[in-house]
Amino acid sequence: MDLLLDAVVIGVLLGCFYAAVSIGLSVSFGLLDVPHVAHPAFLVMASYAVFFLNDRYDVDPLVAGLLITPLLFFFGLAAYRLYYETFERRGTDAAVRGIAFFFGVAFIIEVLIILQFGVDQRSVTASYIGKAWRIGDMRIPLRLVVAFAVASALTILLALYLSRTFMGRAIRAVAQDQEAVRLMGANPVRIKQWAFGVATAVLGIAGALLIIVAPVEPTLDRAYIGRTFCVVVMAGLGSMSGTLIAAIILGVAETIVLTLFGASWAPAISFAMLLGVLAIRPQGLLGRRS
Amino acid sequence: MKRNSVPFWIGAALFLFAIALMTQIIDNQYPFFAGYVILQFVVLAVAWSILGGYAGYVNFGTSAFFGVGVYTAVLLFKAAGAPLAVQIAAAAIVGAFLGFAVGLLTLRMQGIFFSIATIALTIVIETSVTNWRYLGGAAGIQMQRPPVMAPFHSYVQMLFFVQALLVVVAVAIARYIQGSWIGRGLQALKDDELAAECTGVPTLRLKLLACVISGALMCAAGAPAAMYLQYADPSSAFNLNYSVTVLAMSLIGGTAHWAGPVIGAILLGVTQQLLAVTISSEVNVLVLGIMLVLFVVAAPEGLIGLVRRFRRNRAEGEA
Repeated sequence: MDLLLDAVVIGVLLGCFYAAVSIGLSVSFGLLDVPHVAHPAFLVMASYAVFFLNDRYDVDPLVAGLLITPLLFFFGLAAYRLYYETFERRGTDAAVRGIAFFFGVAFIIEVLIILQFGVDQRSVTASYIGKAWRIGDMRIPLRLVVAFAVASALTILLALYLSRTFMGRAIRAVAQDQEAVRLMGANPVRIKQWAFGVATAVLGIAGALLIIVAPVEPTLDRAYIGRTFCVVVMAGLGSMSGTLIAAIILGVAETIVLTLFGASWAPAISFAMLLGVLAIRPQGLLGRRS
Repeated sequence: MKRNSVPFWIGAALFLFAIALMTQIIDNQYPFFAGYVILQFVVLAVAWSILGGYAGYVNFGTSAFFGVGVYTAVLLFKAAGAPLAVQIAAAAIVGAFLGFAVGLLTLRMQGIFFSIATIALTIVIETSVTNWRYLGGAAGIQMQRPPVMAPFHSYVQMLFFVQALLVVVAVAIARYIQGSWIGRGLQALKDDELAAECTGVPTLRLKLLACVISGALMCAAGAPAAMYLQYADPSSAFNLNYSVTVLAMSLIGGTAHWAGPVIGAILLGVTQQLLAVTISSEVNVLVLGIMLVLFVVAAPEGLIGLVRRFRRNRAEGEA
């Protein structure tokens, strides 16, 4: 029983971390309908940038994550522009070609990381990594607590941005009805490009958390395709509160299975849940589409 | 048999004859090792495009089918010492069932959701195999090849010929589908599934049929791989690289005609074999990614589409 309680607590912490790595996809795939399978590859790339800054200049990983955020924003702007010009503008089956395109991009990123950093696992150093809190018999790694706090803040900030600011509301308006936005005299493509930039910029902090929580390797993005898409689809495309709830469900499910059946079953959890959600309730928990 | 089928079957017979001749005169084993992989990808790409090309359902589960084929062969060989032909036939049957299951997924999902679901299916199956102790688990399983049958001199030569047979079978099926009502029906549901259903195209039956045929061929193509490597492990048998490579091959060649995936598979397959020998396998993946991005962006209809456009332009020029 204690073991199970442990699993639930760790699962909730882990879940908030999953929310932080998925929230960008929740915007790009959930709101903008971009089949962004390279999202986890972008995430791992951000982690390696953090690793580089930490390893070379001894920058704290979270600070490093903030430092690369503007770069990622512009990278996102450029990536969306390329996607828009080559797929969305041409119309037909943009999603199908888009997913092939993003897979190609993901593979290119994977190999570039391998060529630059090698296939070994990489991790960062910081004062809070390696320590743990003890509450009774429970032992909670401090790195998870840090990830939890930062991830929650990030997720809530982005949710507030989308619901309270002018630009955030414009993004949701584009997601609801692009033609209506056009009729109001706004340029939907500019708004979507901005949104994609924001979704990519968030990966700076998310990438820092990824490498804080566990060491990263170049092909780690493949495991996170399952986790991020599971969270976003289960949340109901584009729902920010749903993202948080779905991520916590995934986190708890993963740690419980890990405790009961062992680590070898862990990779399948997110994918199995994704398959289940797609088959039974494709609109997710808090779907915006009926 | 239609009139235009005669050149095709003559070509197929010549192809098999050339392959058989190769196994008799060439002593060096390397061409067979490399050629086997290329032929395997031809089968996979042709099989993929039956569902992905004609019907427009982009299946990222190629590696699931391939891996299931590999492990069906492993299971039969380990449990009963079954011969190669039985392994392949059994893999085809298992693949047909798996294809049927994937076909049922299409009931509820289209477009990117179908693609994501097939990736998910792959990982779920891979994890199940990883946890199956009898099949070696994550560490993999070694296999001892049985003695080779006459007239072949080595086992790899035999596998090479078997894979060539599978190529002919796969291409013949794809070619038949393309020219028959099945292909036209799939084309119709690709363009507009609702409209096709309304005009009386049995969309569900067609989709299931395409999934079953495609799945059976992919699994059959995977079955000899266990004997080829004399080893199988889940993370390489179910590697996502198979899915993306096959997708890239089909898109590079073009999916409108059965020749597209054949050309794409040969082109990319040969390139990869050359790169693997001369540079490294990492560069292979890089080239794969770049080719995929390039073709999707610059030539969405693939090489077949480029040729067609070129011909049309020339015809207009002459007129």
